[in-house]
Amino acid sequence: MRLTCPLCGDRDRREFHYYGSDAYLDRPAEGAAPAAWDDYLHNRDNPAGLTKDLWYHEQGCAQWLVVTRNTVTHEVSAVELVAGRAGA
Amino acid sequence: MPELIAKEAWQGQAAVTRAGLVLAPLQDRPIWSVALFPGGADGAATALESLGLGFPEPNRWVSAAEVRLVWTGRAQAFLMGAEPPAGLAGHAAVTDQSGGWAGVSLSGPAGPEALARLVPVDLRPGSFPAGAAIRAPVNHMSAVILRTGPETVEVWVFRSMARTLWHELTEVLARFEARATVAG
Ligand SMILES: [Zn+2]
Repeated sequence: MRLTCPLCGDRDRREFHYYGSDAYLDRPAEGAAPAAWDDYLHNRDNPAGLTKDLWYHEQGCAQWLVVTRNTVTHEVSAVELVAGRAGA
Repeated sequence: MPELIAKEAWQGQAAVTRAGLVLAPLQDRPIWSVALFPGGADGAATALESLGLGFPEPNRWVSAAEVRLVWTGRAQAFLMGAEPPAGLAGHAAVTDQSGGWAGVSLSGPAGPEALARLVPVDLRPGSFPAGAAIRAPVNHMSAVILRTGPETVEVWVFRSMARTLWHELTEVLARFEARATVAG
């Protein structure tokens, strides 16, 4: 598996650390209902198809990335920096 | 105050030549991390003009005489070989990394083939040309790798990993030489 980092270019999977769903980017606001925290921390879909995950380019530019990939075909269709996103 | 003695990272280390490749320690030098504040690019560019340097694009390094500015991450570069110019600190987080990094140079036509045993990035001149500088692993060590000549690259790692880097590279050269000998 290879990922094309927006900064570093096409790189081997060993350079990256997998974190989990990109849902971690949407942290509930202070005082949010317990159900929102439950969703944020625990509840994940398990899609057959497109999924978005957070990866960290720890052996490269040290940037957090949102990777869009297809769990059926294994195609990686997008790799985007978390930095610079609205609210990031 | 205790008297601390400054030691070169490679003190006493001689260069090694094997299989037509020369592995040489590089002298310590001033190294400053320049991490741009949001919106600080223009101000930093103005301050860096006094060194004759522009902020490098990703995966590139620029130089003026012995002074370099090497891309090391998003909106970050290492200033090597000089003290930061006045006025830079207002536009970027400027931190002294001198003594924190140790570098070697590897010279010879087969350098990219030798490094391919440790670095999962194509370092041949076609894809790693003059002016290239990348962040990449050397085995498990996080490194800064620069092309500094048609047949020369530099590898910089945390100084605490200097002996490990030397060990790994000399091992590669020994095996590379053995393979060349067998192949005739
Ligand atoms: Zn990267």
